[in-house]
Amino acid sequence: MHLRFPLAVLAAVLAMSAQPAAVAAPLTPEQQAVHVLNRLAFGPRPGDLERVERIGVAAWIEQQLHPESIALPTALEARLRALDTVNRGTGESVAEFVDLQRQVRDEDEGAKARRRMAQARVANQAAEARLLRAIESPRQLEEVMVDFWYNHFNVFSGKGVDRALVSSYERDAIRPYALGHFRDLLGATAKHPAMLYFLDNAVSSAPDAPGAKRKARGLNENYARELMELHTLGVDAGYSQKDVTELARMLTGWTYDQRRLIGLGETFRFDARRHDGGAKSWLGHPIPADGQGEGEYALDVLATHPATAYHLSWQLAQYFVSDTPPPALVVRMSRTWLDTSGDIRAVLGTLFKSPEFMSSEAAGAKFKTPYQFVVSAVRASADTVVDVGPLVSTMAQLGMPLYGCQTPDGYKNTQDAWLNPDALARRIAFAAALAGGRLPLARVPAYAAVPARAREAPNLAGSDAMAPPASLAAASPPPPQVPKPTPLDAARLQDTLAGAISRRTLDIVGRNPDNLKAAMLLGSPDFMQR
Amino acid sequence: MRRRDFLSTLALGAGIVLPLGRGAWAAMDDPAGEGAGATRRKLVVVMLRGAVDGLNVVAPVGDENYLRLRPTIGLGAPGMDGGALDLDGYFGLHPALASLQPLWREKKLAFVHASGSPDATRSHFDAQDYMESATPGLKATPDGWMNRLVGALPGASTPSRLLGIGPVMPRILSGQAAAINLPNGAGGTKADILDRPAIGAAFDALYANHPRFGRAYADGRSAHKEVLEAAAETPHMLAADRGAPLPNGFPDDAARLATLMRNDARIQMAFVALGGWDTHASQGAATGQLANRLAPLGQGLAVLAERLGPLFDDTVVVVMSEFGRTARENGNGGTDHGHGNVMWVMGGKVNGGKVVGEWEGVGDAALNEGRDLPVTTDFRAVLAQIAERHLRLDDKRLVRVFPALPQAGTGFQLMSA
Repeated sequence: MHLRFPLAVLAAVLAMSAQPAAVAAPLTPEQQAVHVLNRLAFGPRPGDLERVERIGVAAWIEQQLHPESIALPTALEARLRALDTVNRGTGESVAEFVDLQRQVRDEDEGAKARRRMAQARVANQAAEARLLRAIESPRQLEEVMVDFWYNHFNVFSGKGVDRALVSSYERDAIRPYALGHFRDLLGATAKHPAMLYFLDNAVSSAPDAPGAKRKARGLNENYARELMELHTLGVDAGYSQKDVTELARMLTGWTYDQRRLIGLGETFRFDARRHDGGAKSWLGHPIPADGQGEGEYALDVLATHPATAYHLSWQLAQYFVSDTPPPALVVRMSRTWLDTSGDIRAVLGTLFKSPEFMSSEAAGAKFKTPYQFVVSAVRASADTVVDVGPLVSTMAQLGMPLYGCQTPDGYKNTQDAWLNPDALARRIAFAAALAGGRLPLARVPAYAAVPARAREAPNLAGSDAMAPPASLAAASPPPPQVPKPTPLDAARLQDTLAGAISRRTLDIVGRNPDNLKAAMLLGSPDFMQR
Repeated sequence: MRRRDFLSTLALGAGIVLPLGRGAWAAMDDPAGEGAGATRRKLVVVMLRGAVDGLNVVAPVGDENYLRLRPTIGLGAPGMDGGALDLDGYFGLHPALASLQPLWREKKLAFVHASGSPDATRSHFDAQDYMESATPGLKATPDGWMNRLVGALPGASTPSRLLGIGPVMPRILSGQAAAINLPNGAGGTKADILDRPAIGAAFDALYANHPRFGRAYADGRSAHKEVLEAAAETPHMLAADRGAPLPNGFPDDAARLATLMRNDARIQMAFVALGGWDTHASQGAATGQLANRLAPLGQGLAVLAERLGPLFDDTVVVVMSEFGRTARENGNGGTDHGHGNVMWVMGGKVNGGKVVGEWEGVGDAALNEGRDLPVTTDFRAVLAQIAERHLRLDDKRLVRVFPALPQAGTGFQLMSA
């Protein structure tokens, strides 16, 4: 491929010395275990530290890179199975959404209330599926990567029909490829109706195309721009406005048909009658007319482009190592990317095996995002979560509503973005409520009591002490009582967090009354970082 | 007290406003001994993230090309059903902004059209960064211009002098000078768990002089105490409410901000960001998506002006957005990323009632790259004029706040003499 990109510049970067800088002090085995639990997982649950130390850090990382090798607890699987709106077909979700919209249009009394309730159920189940896994799944790296990739390919759940689509998007376009090949991930997001709708490619057509109707009468460059700027090359890769417009033309006709989605479950459709068949030139290269093939070709080029390799390696290193990633590491990761045509697992392997990652400079260097803070606190507490509502509202208060980032760039993961005076006070308030057993995590959420249509009710009786109340799967009989969370045992919490809390903090905590200790640990400066 | 009970009372702390004596604050009106003048002149910046469509905010309805470019989303002429609100016989204001008409008539509201950043980027994220750092094209700038501005003005830098509303600290407020943020809604002006003496003392010890988080913690603690007191509405202000509840969102936040600014003289600059302006499809005309966003914005600005009362004379409010949108509507009833936009400037001493800035119409020849409004006024020139003439920042310090400011002035005066 001959591109007009400053490839010479990039080649020079990739050729430069990628030797890791000398590392100041190596981490002790315990520090290494704490570090990987903070980075490849959302922090330790009780017993995790011993588990990692027992099997060894390297072996544990290898396991995490192959989530299929780790069994999911049956209790977690059962709870996930019971989330009918998460598990149903994409077309069925959209059918419900459209149906509720129509009822509201008919000025049906109570229709608005029904819609609110149904949409709350959908939103709550999506959050429950995400957070239960993040908190309880032993496949922690997979959950970390789902968080990373969802943000990278962000879709805002508040925009129209995307309200009904985020679960399907995460399930079908993100999760299966979280540790797979980037080209597959890119293609799956490009073709999912959630993305097609969010960034308007669904309505983009060649001007005057025979198939262009009503609101889909011309070119829309929104997706094409963000595809290059955010998803692949990066904003500084040197492409022009013309390249944006040309890529948008190549992608005309990539859409979905709502009726076929509802009726047949068809989530993507190439509409040749809306495709721009004219001559195009993209990134300084003539593009032969090839219908849907033009867009596929663009994704091929973008997925393995050196600028993409560098941009994505930099972002992964920023997420896993530090806010200002070590340049030599980014270069080595980029090489792995190019050598493997974007094998995410291989690139992460290079990252995790690097001395830059396993260093005292990197350990604790990241400031937790609100999502990471909340999830890690609940993991450390080992509380049983029936209702994720209090966690969802805390994340919203902290400025990071789940599925609620309005812009396509997703949430940042840097200290600059999240550290501020108000955030610390709010995190401390959450820590104190959780430590005091005051968060209503064991309450059965109101939406769960609404019978859903076509809901399966798996029989969970006697399967596991950790089984959720049956009300999550069926409206009756009434749920068995889940024990109310009690104040956390500070000594147990301290054991769980061993190695993650500094001597200084432990000394100050030790001087305080017992009833403050757990709150102080979870609200400590040490627990704000990972 | 049993441990469980004690902890329950902690959680109940949220929502309780501690009775602090107002008199205690009288002595603190002049905390730095700089004279009350140091923070008397105020600046509020509202940023519309996502690129608001300025050509439908202040629409050139008198231009023959306007409706040709925008056959379905263009605003009708003033007087038509759903038409624009006449401003000066050529420009018309979006009808969803009717609440700003009184300020326009009183000449306390001006617009600077075809203004924006000289940088050509059409990336939201880069363009917002540039508008917040005020160094277009330079990504390495570590701080925001409001932070540099508060540092360059005389008087001590107290945390509440620079205030953001929202759960995160935006780039524009980041830097050397102290700054605080309050969450949206009433939560930020209520007592929190750290107001309980035992809890507060425990966490104070954990965070005291902590190299990484100590400053943010301490700033939050001192500002919180200040805000708790300032949030209490005086009887005079309650009368101004006329008992009407405000809708959630910006109008509510704007009213709270006005109360804080009136009650706490140390708050000098405030920043609010509002999202949802990236209208690539179905943006609507007199009604619809854009109108639904503009209405609460206009209402909030009007509420802010009203509730600031006499303080409005010492306040300038600027509304800005990272770039404008294409002059032509696209095939989806929306607009794509453009270049020049319109800045809004209001205040008691603003030389308003006019649309200023070099304007060449929206004919094909006048458009930037054949698609957008050009930028004829650098946004920094507008901000610099406000910093100089309103906040009285001297020339020497002005270049620290706006480095590489173009020499060319603006050709208009936004502040009345």
